[in-house]
Amino acid sequence: MTGTGGTGPGAPTDLGMPGFPPFPAAAREAVRDDTLRANLRRATHTIRDKRARAVAELADWEQLRAAGKAVKDHTLRHLDRYLIQLEAAVTAAGGTVHWAVDAAEANRIVTDLVLATGEREVVKVKSMATQETGLNEALEAAGIAAYETDLAELIVQLGHDRPSHILVPAIHRNRGEIRDVFAAEMGRWGRPAPGGLGDDPRELAEAARLHLREKFLRAKVAVSGANFMVAETGTMVVFESEGNGRMCLTLPETLISVVGIEKVVPTFRDLEVFLQTLPRSSTAERMNPYTTMWTGLGPSQGAESDGPTAFHLVLLDNGRTDTLADEVGRQALRCIRCSACLNVCPVYERAGGHAYGSVYPGPIGAILSPQLRGTASEIDASLPYASTLCGACYEVCPVAIDIPEVLVHLRERVAQGGPVTREGIRVRIRPARGHTAERAAMRAARLLLDHPGALRAGERLLARARRLRPRRLPGPGRAWTDSRELPPVPAEPFRDWWARERGGRA
Amino acid sequence: MRVALFVTCVNDALYPSTGIAVVRLLERLGVEVDFPAGQSCCGQPQYNTGYRRETEPLLRRTATAFAGYEHVVTPSGSCAAMLREHYPRIGRKAAGEGRGGELAELAADLAPRVYELTEFLVDVLGVTDVGAYFPYKVTYHPSCHGLRSLGLGERPRRLLAAVRGLELTELPGAEECCGFGGTFALKNPDVSAAMGADKIRAAAATGAEVLCGADNSCLAHLDGTLRRAGAPLRALHLAEILAATEEEPAR
Repeated sequence: MTGTGGTGPGAPTDLGMPGFPPFPAAAREAVRDDTLRANLRRATHTIRDKRARAVAELADWEQLRAAGKAVKDHTLRHLDRYLIQLEAAVTAAGGTVHWAVDAAEANRIVTDLVLATGEREVVKVKSMATQETGLNEALEAAGIAAYETDLAELIVQLGHDRPSHILVPAIHRNRGEIRDVFAAEMGRWGRPAPGGLGDDPRELAEAARLHLREKFLRAKVAVSGANFMVAETGTMVVFESEGNGRMCLTLPETLISVVGIEKVVPTFRDLEVFLQTLPRSSTAERMNPYTTMWTGLGPSQGAESDGPTAFHLVLLDNGRTDTLADEVGRQALRCIRCSACLNVCPVYERAGGHAYGSVYPGPIGAILSPQLRGTASEIDASLPYASTLCGACYEVCPVAIDIPEVLVHLRERVAQGGPVTREGIRVRIRPARGHTAERAAMRAARLLLDHPGALRAGERLLARARRLRPRRLPGPGRAWTDSRELPPVPAEPFRDWWARERGGRA
Repeated sequence: MRVALFVTCVNDALYPSTGIAVVRLLERLGVEVDFPAGQSCCGQPQYNTGYRRETEPLLRRTATAFAGYEHVVTPSGSCAAMLREHYPRIGRKAAGEGRGGELAELAADLAPRVYELTEFLVDVLGVTDVGAYFPYKVTYHPSCHGLRSLGLGERPRRLLAAVRGLELTELPGAEECCGFGGTFALKNPDVSAAMGADKIRAAAATGAEVLCGADNSCLAHLDGTLRRAGAPLRALHLAEILAATEEEPAR
């Protein structure tokens, strides 16, 4: 390792834990950033159009979608059984299985495993699970440098930035910005960027290749996640585009995989569905360029054999069992992290991934994060409202997660409280703070709307005061009149017209 | 044929011209229209903001007001989706929470009788040419709930295309949300405004004179954005275009 002699590129630590501003405030900043908006618009529109074409090629897409949903639902219903089967299969194949109830435990397990090897650096395959646990920061605190090898993750890490997309963590950056990051930062952590680096994608990719190759060839320990785990065989599966993952999964001596417990599928055959739906939904490819599967340590572990000589699987709960206990919200655990919902979401497109204050941004983040972390923090209480409920996310989801339904369900939890499961215990939570006035308004509206006489009187009052219609409203209405005119108030409501013109009949 | 008009609270209070247009249009097509006076708001703003319990009395009121009608017609895809998709859900949840099965039964009885206006015209009456005249260049924004929850598809465009004098222009990115989203416009005003601005920019670029939609709540947001921007384009509900004739032009 070169550079500051410290412990890795020093990724930022604020991954949206409590204290992060609520969504509307964070989004306000993003909306005003013209470069960010242009970057996001270009990237999301390109990939959403490509995805639509790739999906349209399959005549049985709807059946595949239903099959994926069914496989996931079945597995979640019998998750205990399949996880135990998986543990047995991984162990039988020479791997070691560790169970982590939360992020801190997962990080402790991984840190201890790395320290036990005597190594002080690891290479990483892009993994949402280790982002969720903040593993890089935990390793850094233990004096271990973690190198991201996915191109976009590398850009984020070198740029001291935060990921803003599940699949394309650096989606918010354009080519020029990436060139600047490479030129300034690569030399501090390894092979510097070539002199006179341009912003051509091929040049940028080559610079990353040369920089990363040194890391692959030297690293003795790799950390990965997995897209799927097969219970019957103990097989781990990673889908990727660049081949860096395969380097990490085969070259180092020790491989540590940190995987959320919801990633298990019962049989090898079940992969058939997801091999079709995941690449098309995520990268708009018919098949992803690299599909790597590893099962424990394989049959022979002689000096000539390929692959790691030690394999550890860390199974991560971190709120998943609690999420599973909620009968509406549990469908979020079907998610295969394809990110199609992000790319199609008009709110994500304007607000950007950072506004979600979570490693899972976009529509799926808006339902997953407040379930995994609870709705106590301001950011988590604001996430279920970070959607217009337009339904585009549900339409593209390859495992048919009804995201709008879960959003409304979680809004109810925020606004009115209710029963939730926390650390395995059924508790009743109170409404989030700041909803008192809204609750009173909703109750008043209901009283008015449920009493036709009062409603009619209100409408007439409005009609009489129509000339007083202000250009700007006070209070919560200000949000409307800041950027829009109010609709003109008509001289009479419809029901009065009806009574006058057709009254004799109804 | 006799139908019940569910005018919706937004149309009742702010856009009576849309309700009047629906009445004139349906009567012109030989349909007898009733307006059950007991109707009110469907409760969608409350439900979508997280106040499900507050919607239960409104479900009861709506279902009771429209009991006995074979067809309940409404000029709002969003409110139609509330009655058809969410009422049964609210009813089942209420039953599950031990408040009796009455709401579930009311919802199950009402839901299949609810029609959004263009569905009713095309599917029930079987017409696409309603004999309208509207000599303007029009672009159509399909609101999300009509588009995705109800699956209105090409029905609104087919109806518009058959209007005499009307030139229909395709709206780029039509299927993208306009940014209204009920209380979203108040809770996330900056994102909502940015989405609205993009939508009216796309609409203006088509060269249209009228931005047509089938949900006055989305149109209130878009028309308000247009007027604040001083744009020459105006927003108008589809029903008012379909009701317009040479003798009785739209407002």
